[in-house]
Amino acid sequence: MRVAGIDIGSRSIELIVLEDGQVVHSKQAESGYNPIERVKELISDVSFDKIMATGYGRGIVEVAFDYPTVTEIKAYGAGATALYPGVRSVLDIGGQDTKVISINEMGKVVKFEMNDKCAAGTGKFLEMMATSLGYQAQTLGAAAQKGTEGIEINSMCAVFAESEVTSLLAKGCDRNDIALAIHQSVCRRAIGMIRRQNISTPLMFAGGVANNTCMVQLLKEALGEDIIIPENPQFVGAHGAAILASQYEPTPY
Amino acid sequence: MADYTQMWTDLGLNHDNHNALLDNLGQAYQSIFMTQENRPEGMSYFDFVMSEAHGLRIQELREEQEAGRKIIGSFCVFVPEEIILAAGCTAVGLCAGADFAQEEVEKVLPRNTCSLIKSFFGFKLGKVCPYMEVSDMIVGENTCDGKKKSFEVFKEMVPNFYQMDLPQTKTPMARHMLKQEFKSFVEKLEEMTGKRITIEDLKQGIATVNAKRQALRRLSMLRAADPAPISGLDALLINQIAFLDNPIRFTEKVNAICDELELLIKETKGAKKAKAPRVLISGCPMAIPNWKLPSIIESTGAVIVGEESCIGERGQRNLTDDSADSLEGLMNAIVDRYLKIDCAVFTPNQERVNHIKEMSQQYNADGVIHYGLQFCQPYIMESFSVEKELEKQNISVLRLETDYSQEDMGQLSTRVEAFVEIIK
Repeated sequence: MRVAGIDIGSRSIELIVLEDGQVVHSKQAESGYNPIERVKELISDVSFDKIMATGYGRGIVEVAFDYPTVTEIKAYGAGATALYPGVRSVLDIGGQDTKVISINEMGKVVKFEMNDKCAAGTGKFLEMMATSLGYQAQTLGAAAQKGTEGIEINSMCAVFAESEVTSLLAKGCDRNDIALAIHQSVCRRAIGMIRRQNISTPLMFAGGVANNTCMVQLLKEALGEDIIIPENPQFVGAHGAAILASQYEPTPY
Repeated sequence: MADYTQMWTDLGLNHDNHNALLDNLGQAYQSIFMTQENRPEGMSYFDFVMSEAHGLRIQELREEQEAGRKIIGSFCVFVPEEIILAAGCTAVGLCAGADFAQEEVEKVLPRNTCSLIKSFFGFKLGKVCPYMEVSDMIVGENTCDGKKKSFEVFKEMVPNFYQMDLPQTKTPMARHMLKQEFKSFVEKLEEMTGKRITIEDLKQGIATVNAKRQALRRLSMLRAADPAPISGLDALLINQIAFLDNPIRFTEKVNAICDELELLIKETKGAKKAKAPRVLISGCPMAIPNWKLPSIIESTGAVIVGEESCIGERGQRNLTDDSADSLEGLMNAIVDRYLKIDCAVFTPNQERVNHIKEMSQQYNADGVIHYGLQFCQPYIMESFSVEKELEKQNISVLRLETDYSQEDMGQLSTRVEAFVEIIK
């Protein structure tokens, strides 16, 4: 059986097709302003028996395509467990959300925490800071790793942090040092969420921000232990949705 | 609905604002309540009360006024209805559950004030609440700092404001203080009505309010059944209407719907499907028309089986002992009854956690959603210890913080859906 999972996030959409548990197809697109069109394009050349949608935009595809849906929390839990059996927690930093998910020995999600309604400490935040410093989101992490410690960014609000960055630049601070400070502030926030939930390890770091090497390094240092970085951190939700699609029976409670 | 324009004009309501509010309310009610499946027939009475909440019910209150009764508005379950009824007056609740005239409100209150306080200010400043306008006296109670300080501003906006102080602990000293406050309240009402409250009056008042509480208790207990015979939204609505309706008629109607629910349970019929995930809500009160979180919860297929809240079990749980044969003895019983309310303004407040555990068991809840209104310090602070203690008992908890706006519907839905996925 071919099962598909599609994760419609605020910044990107990921599609995965599994056959006998193996990935046979994976594709990514930017969400853009018309995610329904993007979903249509993504699924146009793939075949599958079952599909499940997740992510922030799952509601629109539920209406548009009548796909069953699951929250990104459950999908990340299922994806992490499928990829790394025995994983006990997931930190997911995506485009507009940060979540910490606790998983029990059976692979079931038992608790989660999510950031509030603003984009503080998320991928979007890093993207805005990258722009202020004249970097691409993809190159910000490498730049930060060249920076020296010493500066502290206190604002978590993207708008306030931007003014903080502007005034640091005006003071003549090195942009790489500022980049490092930005990563440290995002890391502090994530660690706060992790500590609040009293998680068990191993911890998987997933979502787009897990591609950021500086963030990975800072998190490892702060936690004092190794963390699991999946090969394709952005596909964990779609992978989980595909797994859940295979188990799905269309009977509402 | 009959034409109440003249009545609303007499009350000084702002027609444009008021019509806008009624339109919104009507639409929300239609989409949230009338789209539910398998509603008990007995809900038609409560639908009717809601549709006439600003019409017929206000007309009734004005007729009572013409016959010499005083209408006493209040914002808190600490204001003793027994005493109000004993004085020959009628009690109405004034808490509000919708944002209104926010710009006006923020001229007199800080932005980071809880929605409930902002809301009743908005209803006053926007001149849209007939209950507020029809009240002969408005009682403000010193519970949280937000209310206490905001009443300093509010009392300048309304005639006949009466402030009631409340203790924050449950020591003998606190009890003594509450008794003095209730005695002053008796004196105030006697002065208004020109009539002394007798033992008989007080016994009658206690009987009426106890009967209402017993009926609501009966309704609560029926929700323990699976499938739940009534939706959480409908049960919440009944609890909300408890603050507006004539208490004797309301009690009859609640008992009538309970009779119907008992039959439904016998036939294992429910408003929700059997084995639906069962959620207990705990925390801040939800005043009409604040149906935001319950409608999100129940739209996931879960059912709300109880409200540990002032508009819910915290407010209605305990009965007043009516066995004493003296005014003093009855007043003592009233004080004892009210001092059992486990509002988060009290410290310590272990009773509340115990009650949440107890309710969670009694109603076979699969998990607890703690509802904190943004900027409500007492409940949000308590939510951490509540979460810890419940999790020690392996009860799943989701802590939410929100306000009356609609902008966080998406995030709230995701959290609630994920929580329901966990507990089912």
